[in-house]
Amino acid sequence: MSLNHTVATKDTKAEAPLAIHGLSVAYQKKPVLRNISFEVNEGELIGVIGPNGAGKSTLMKAALGLIPSIAGEVLVYGKPYKQQRKLIGYVPQRESVDWDFPTNALDVVLMGRYGHLGWFRRPGAKEKAIAMEALSKVGMSDYADRQISQLSGGQQQRVFLARALAQDAKLYFMDEPFAGVDAATEKAIITLLQELKLQGKTVIVVHHDLATVQDYFDSVLLLNVELQAYGPTAQTFTQEQLQRTYGGRLAFLDRSLQSPSIPDGKGE
Amino acid sequence: MSDFWILLTGSLVAACCGILGVFLVLRKMAMIGDAISHSVMPGIVIAFLLSGSRDSLLMMFAALLFGLLTTFLIQMFQQSGIQADASIGVVFTALFAIGVVLVSLYARQVHLDQDAILYGEIAYVHWNLWVLGGINMGPKAVWLLGFTLLVITTVIGLFYKQFKLCAFDTALAAAIGIPVAFFHYLLMGLVSMATVSSFESVGAILVVGMLIIPASTAYLLTDRLGVMIGLSVAAGIASTFLGYGAAVVLDASIAGCMVCAASFLFVAAFLFSPSQGIIVKKLRLRQLA
Repeated sequence: MSLNHTVATKDTKAEAPLAIHGLSVAYQKKPVLRNISFEVNEGELIGVIGPNGAGKSTLMKAALGLIPSIAGEVLVYGKPYKQQRKLIGYVPQRESVDWDFPTNALDVVLMGRYGHLGWFRRPGAKEKAIAMEALSKVGMSDYADRQISQLSGGQQQRVFLARALAQDAKLYFMDEPFAGVDAATEKAIITLLQELKLQGKTVIVVHHDLATVQDYFDSVLLLNVELQAYGPTAQTFTQEQLQRTYGGRLAFLDRSLQSPSIPDGKGE
Repeated sequence: MSDFWILLTGSLVAACCGILGVFLVLRKMAMIGDAISHSVMPGIVIAFLLSGSRDSLLMMFAALLFGLLTTFLIQMFQQSGIQADASIGVVFTALFAIGVVLVSLYARQVHLDQDAILYGEIAYVHWNLWVLGGINMGPKAVWLLGFTLLVITTVIGLFYKQFKLCAFDTALAAAIGIPVAFFHYLLMGLVSMATVSSFESVGAILVVGMLIIPASTAYLLTDRLGVMIGLSVAAGIASTFLGYGAAVVLDASIAGCMVCAASFLFVAAFLFSPSQGIIVKKLRLRQLA
């Protein structure tokens, strides 16, 4: 009973886990994403960075087909998203659900198995075992029976991650998993991300904290309605590119970028 | 015998509404239940005018159409930028008003009076019998509600995990390929069915009470979805018995007493629920102090 067994992928090996070509999204005629194109490499942790309203969550939702796009194509391992759902795990923003819902932690993690169960089957002993294993990987086995509203914010986030693990995917989308969590949870999450990476999985993370970008991600995608830059963190996460991406919000940036470790881009 | 049929009818209404009410409350769509229960009225009247009879299946079909139309219109207005509560208010009052106009125009032809639609006539349920080949099969309302309950339990039973995930996390549901919109309309279709079958017994206004109040009571008493559904049905049935008893003693409206009893149970849960009741919370705080 391992979480690591994956769907046979010999024929998809050569294809990028995610390839997006010319994706555009508009809400009420106002463009939110304009002509986004990029391909991600397998087995990388990718941070999606940009100011508020840059379309980071929208990019994720459009890639997952949760909101309609007006143009563009999304390929997952070379095929349209709809044919590859079982290869994809998704962690929505924690605030997007009602944590007063009458259910417990184990039950939420079990929801990660629903996609594998088809229309009529209900989760059984096998699914429960997978869910418990996922909970223990995020250090939450002791809380399996706990009503979800009684968990702290960090614990709720870990339950969400466990649910994504239970999805047993190859490509993960995580929308701000680090938002508002305690230090212990942050550490647990990053350990987990590293572990997923070691297993050859690809993880795309919407991220807010610029100070940790260099430590956490192999590649970064800088976004502000249009794709500003995309590539290995060392070459892409530079002062110059950030200024371009964040534009007029530099006053805030200067304060949060006191970290001397961020290269100014000139030496690269 | 009339007592038995009234209590059975009330309990069937409670069961149908109790199950669906849980999903409405959890999806924060209590007011959509309200809207549907009112806007099916023009459907019922039109079915009446077309057939000239109180044929339950045709009425059910017409109500279903109008229930789905209501859901669709509310959704459409919301997506084009109207406030959610305003679009609910606009759609159901407009459709309900059309129903009122139709009833007032054709009242003489169709023997359908506004009081019956608004307040129901559960007291007469045992007079409206279903006679099949000369054999008395019992009250029509009981058969109609029994059929509705069977449909509801079958659909919810088969697709329990889909309804649960759609209620808790629509984004994940959509991401793993559950047709979220289909299940939304399926739920609304069931609510329309429950509404129209409960109509004759408890009326349009009080059916909202049976949809929302027992489910809200159950919400205060448990933190498991399955248990919440059971408690919601139990609270509804208890309200039926308490309400009917009160109605007999007071010689008052039966449906009115039933919903009053449901509200009474809700207040009791609100005050005394072991996990969420405000009295218990106060006591716990005092112990901490």
